[in-house]
Amino acid sequence: MITAGVDIGAMNTKAVILVDGQVSSYSLVPTGIDMKQSAELALEEALGRAGLSPSDVKGIIATGVGRKHVDFAHDQVSDITANARGMHWVFPRVRTTIDVGAEQSHATRVSDTGNVVDSVRNEKCAAGAGAFVESMAAALEVTVEDMEGLALASKNMTAMNVTCVVFAESEVVSLIHSGVARTDIARAILEAIVTRTVSMVRRLGVENDVALIGGVAQNAAVVKLTQDHLGVDILVPENPCIVGALGAALMASE
Amino acid sequence: MTQNTYKTKPLDCWQKARELRQKHYHDIMTAKEQGRLLVTGSAPPLPLTAGIRDVVFMGGEPWAATIALDPNLSEQCLEATEAKGFARDLCSYCRNYLGSMFLSRSPFGGVPKPDFCFTRHGCDTHAKWYQVVKEYYDIPGFVIDMPFGPPGEREKTRTEYLVAQCHEYIEWLEKTTKRRFDDERMIAAIRNDWNATKLWGEIALLNAAVPAPLDQVRIYSLYVIGVLERDKKETVQFYEILRDEVKDRVANQIGILATERWRVLHDSQPPWSSLRLFKHLEEYGVVSIGSHYSLFLGGAYEKQDGNLVPARTPDDRGTVITNRDQAIQAMAEWYLSQGAFQITLSPRIRIQDTLQMVRQMKANGMIMHLNRGCEAASYGQMEVRLALVQAGVPVLTYEGNMGDAKEYDEREAFDRVDGFMESMGLKKLV
Repeated sequence: MITAGVDIGAMNTKAVILVDGQVSSYSLVPTGIDMKQSAELALEEALGRAGLSPSDVKGIIATGVGRKHVDFAHDQVSDITANARGMHWVFPRVRTTIDVGAEQSHATRVSDTGNVVDSVRNEKCAAGAGAFVESMAAALEVTVEDMEGLALASKNMTAMNVTCVVFAESEVVSLIHSGVARTDIARAILEAIVTRTVSMVRRLGVENDVALIGGVAQNAAVVKLTQDHLGVDILVPENPCIVGALGAALMASE
Repeated sequence: MTQNTYKTKPLDCWQKARELRQKHYHDIMTAKEQGRLLVTGSAPPLPLTAGIRDVVFMGGEPWAATIALDPNLSEQCLEATEAKGFARDLCSYCRNYLGSMFLSRSPFGGVPKPDFCFTRHGCDTHAKWYQVVKEYYDIPGFVIDMPFGPPGEREKTRTEYLVAQCHEYIEWLEKTTKRRFDDERMIAAIRNDWNATKLWGEIALLNAAVPAPLDQVRIYSLYVIGVLERDKKETVQFYEILRDEVKDRVANQIGILATERWRVLHDSQPPWSSLRLFKHLEEYGVVSIGSHYSLFLGGAYEKQDGNLVPARTPDDRGTVITNRDQAIQAMAEWYLSQGAFQITLSPRIRIQDTLQMVRQMKANGMIMHLNRGCEAASYGQMEVRLALVQAGVPVLTYEGNMGDAKEYDEREAFDRVDGFMESMGLKKLV
């Protein structure tokens, strides 16, 4: 049986194709203003990689912020449910999933069957974690990828008080003018995200194993800082961006 | 998931409720033509002003909530207030009300000039709010500082302080209006206030029945009558009719929803521009059966065998009331013992009340509006959430503002509801 999951995130749209319960292919494309078109594009790309056509797909489930735009999907599920299901498939022992995406973050307690036990989402003031890193990287005149290496090289803790992009940019500028090393500023930026994410996770309660997913999970410095703050090991899937789409594809096969 | 289907029908007294609300606002708009004095302040007011004849009270919060129902009008009002230099993080009721006053614009046409302000200072905004009104219209005003506090703490001192202020207000009232104060009229108003509050407590607790006879949106429309005019005998009479009808619905298993699969309590005032949120819940067969705000602001309760029951009024307790002093003493004790106002002071009491409500009202979960528009109502919310979660009660939070649609993202709130329902194993009804 061939099924597909499409996860329309704020920054990227992901599609996963499952053939008989195994991942056959996946894709990741930027989310445009026309979210339906982005979903079509992601699905087309994933199907192409698997050598399949749309008529081969027996079930499609959409998830993510733009899921309601995907009128060709057979059903929709929230990203929380899809992530839980996908996470259970990837790491069955995980009981706490932290998803830090471009615009939203949430933490979910997952049961031993892959169902959601409880979840919390970021409130507005902690929103935009992924977008925040991009914006701050621009303020530091480095790439997003560079942020990881810079932060890991930092030897000093520098406090940043805000995550609001508007204010944070002025704070970064102020740190630069104060002569603070770029490595330390990069670390401070990532710490700002992590402390807010960790605070959200603590509201939920931490139960091992813990996994981090979403675009920000690709940043090793964020993973390390999250581990340090939570005091637990953090698992990261091989491709942390497609867990939601995977979960949706799994649900489509049920 | 159990899916019970119930008989349902509209409330018979719904039209009467509409008429009472319409009459209230008509009276405000035509007070001058009727030769009556228009008084404005925080609602519900202490039931003292009825001691002088022909008074209409314009409650600030209900006025503002009515504006907030219309996002376009509300935005105009909020902008007008901000243009005068008021901060965006002030109480959004206050900002809507002041903007309405500055623009002389409201859902009822203009805004009539009050004759004086009379407000209790029950949260951190009230006194300053009506100072602005007083200065804008150049009218007199009187503020009663409400000495709320946790039960058992300095009760005697707090009561004495409130009683003294009430006497001072009556003197001020006679002097300012040049009208004779009639103790009998005030005592009748105080008794109406007690009875209306007790009746609302009775009505609200009847919603513990499955299926729920009322839902949150109807509760808002009904409890506000007691907030607007609880010192009137018409309110008491209406609540008696409503109580009897709700009892009848309970006895005959008449639900407000045909399908009731799950029951939630809602915390804090809603984003008034988005009462659709409760309709959205209904799509899942979920009924919102009340909130701390609507239960406790409208009603008074006491504990009996660990359960909330409608509070006995001082008359029920046999308190002798034959003169002004006795009436004011009993009224002060009553007001200072009521739960709604304690939320501004004690998260501990709020947690106790909320856990009790969840248990007694047979709620399956809680939806909390993290309300940026009301510091008093949002104080301690996350502690309540934690206590609920520890007690095994599922909780959904969403951020917003009761009176400022700019601070509320409806799509995001609905999305959160969808995710929450999904995680509770609920799908939309077909």
